Amino acid sequence: MSLRIVVTVKYVPDATGDRHFADDLTVDRDDVDGLLSELDEYAVEQALQISENSDDDVEVTVLTVGPEDAKDALRKALSMGADKAIHVEDDDLHGTDAIGTSLVLAKAVEKAGYDLVVSGMASTDGTMGVVPALLAERLGVPQVTLLSEVSVEDGVVKGRRDGDSATEQLEASLPAVVSVTDQSGEARYPSFKGIMAAKKKPVESWDLSDLDIDEDEVGLENAYTVVESAAERPARTAGTIVKDEGEGGKQLAEFLAGQKFI
Amino acid sequence: MAEVLVYVDHVDGAVRKPTLELLTLARRVGEPVAVALGNGAGDTAAALAEHGAVKVLTHEAAEYGDYLVVPKVDALQAAVAAVSPAAVLVPSSAEGKEIAARLALRLGSGIITDAVDLEAGDEGPVATQSVFAAAFTTKSRVSKGTPVITVKPNSAAVEAAPAAGAVEALSVTFSAAATGTKVTSRTPRESTGRPELTEAAIVVSGGRGVNGAENFAIIEALADSLGAAVGASRAAVDAGWYPHTNQVGQTGKSVSPQLYIASGISGAIQHRAGMQTSKTIVAINKDAEAPIFELVDYGVVGDLFDVVPQLTEEVKTRKG
Repeated sequence: MSLRIVVTVKYVPDATGDRHFADDLTVDRDDVDGLLSELDEYAVEQALQISENSDDDVEVTVLTVGPEDAKDALRKALSMGADKAIHVEDDDLHGTDAIGTSLVLAKAVEKAGYDLVVSGMASTDGTMGVVPALLAERLGVPQVTLLSEVSVEDGVVKGRRDGDSATEQLEASLPAVVSVTDQSGEARYPSFKGIMAAKKKPVESWDLSDLDIDEDEVGLENAYTVVESAAERPARTAGTIVKDEGEGGKQLAEFLAGQKFI
Repeated sequence: MAEVLVYVDHVDGAVRKPTLELLTLARRVGEPVAVALGNGAGDTAAALAEHGAVKVLTHEAAEYGDYLVVPKVDALQAAVAAVSPAAVLVPSSAEGKEIAARLALRLGSGIITDAVDLEAGDEGPVATQSVFAAAFTTKSRVSKGTPVITVKPNSAAVEAAPAAGAVEALSVTFSAAATGTKVTSRTPRESTGRPELTEAAIVVSGGRGVNGAENFAIIEALADSLGAAVGASRAAVDAGWYPHTNQVGQTGKSVSPQLYIASGISGAIQHRAGMQTSKTIVAINKDAEAPIFELVDYGVVGDLFDVVPQLTEEVKTRKG
């Protein structure tokens, strides 16, 4: 038996940097350093653990859609232990929204061949958290998402989903799309050996024509949503700061009473 | 006036507050038609009518509880076909966003998630979003198909607006995909008796400075004196001091209460992303240089183990 796992990852602007918008109201990716989205590290980790815990012959492929620099995200995943990588890159992809991105990912996943897709719970820039569900809808396979625990055995994926009002145990037959949360387990750091090995691992580059996608199906012009304006949130006006000299709690209560909270 | 579909989040017929807030926003763009699914769907009608639903489409079936997400997508799709709405509004829970996304794809529509406000516009509803850890505010609209928009809790006031709320049975045919992901067991979360974190008017959160699971009792005591929900920073959750379901921040819950009290929380970007839109922010921290103080309306530099209990006592005294 063999098991083909495709992990979808995103290259995002560093959340600790000064993120802002470009003139066309897309996320500015030039002025802030990028990196593999932290939430996708959990996806890579779970894919590697599934691989390590399996008696099958498992191949882990990392897939990203993004500009040239996005290769850094693939390189990081390869150095963690993924086997190979696919980079979908095309100038026409600039400004593509979640609906369009899910199309590109679905076509790429199908072309790569898969039994299991593993995604993070959301990106750290757009934070919509909808791509795994969109991918499952497009691929026509079960969606087993937002898992804090995941296992694969005998062609069945099982996992625990911690919802707002209940904890659910889920189960589906492969092929399937899984997403994992930041509660699924700390992601490993690449070892020196892993970093060296990653340099020799294959990275394939595909463009839209490789995926039979027309340029009018993706990109900013063809997005399903329009951002009309983006404004920096006004800085909060400086508040009152007091040093506790023994009455700090009472002073705070006085403030809260003044604001009618008590 | 065009109809607007509102997906109802309810537990066995008890409508959750974010759905009532959605009805307030829905009335700005059209006539709200609610869609209630699963066990107790019919029991939601009275509350929905009181808040402006002109119609309540209901469907009960075991599939909604036994399988993940897709049966609800099938039902909403059927409701869209029956009503031809001007927009579909869904509460921004994790599940709500997944339902909305799949629905949008099926309709050939765009989707906007995590709106914090909604207004009528010449070319359809305009949604306000708070992005990049709330450093920016954007206004967006869906440009293709029937707009599908998910809205965060606390984005609008709950308003009484009595309407007919006529109950109609929705006819739903489940797709082949509906039974793809089986829910083999469900364990309801134990109630703490406190308000739901994302819906609470006041949130009291503890962070690294709380320094131990047992010390969260003083955070809970303050929360209870104010009738507040309890939150925790990622540092406190990762240390195992408080459950992840209470985590406020980028990878936890995003909250926007009237009052947010941060105790022993430094205010890293990961945390700010989840609370920066709170109306009034108060912090207690030993470190006068902590970035949380840049956000506050009122801050106390001091030991939370002195300040928080004193505050709790004072609140109790004042409330009598």
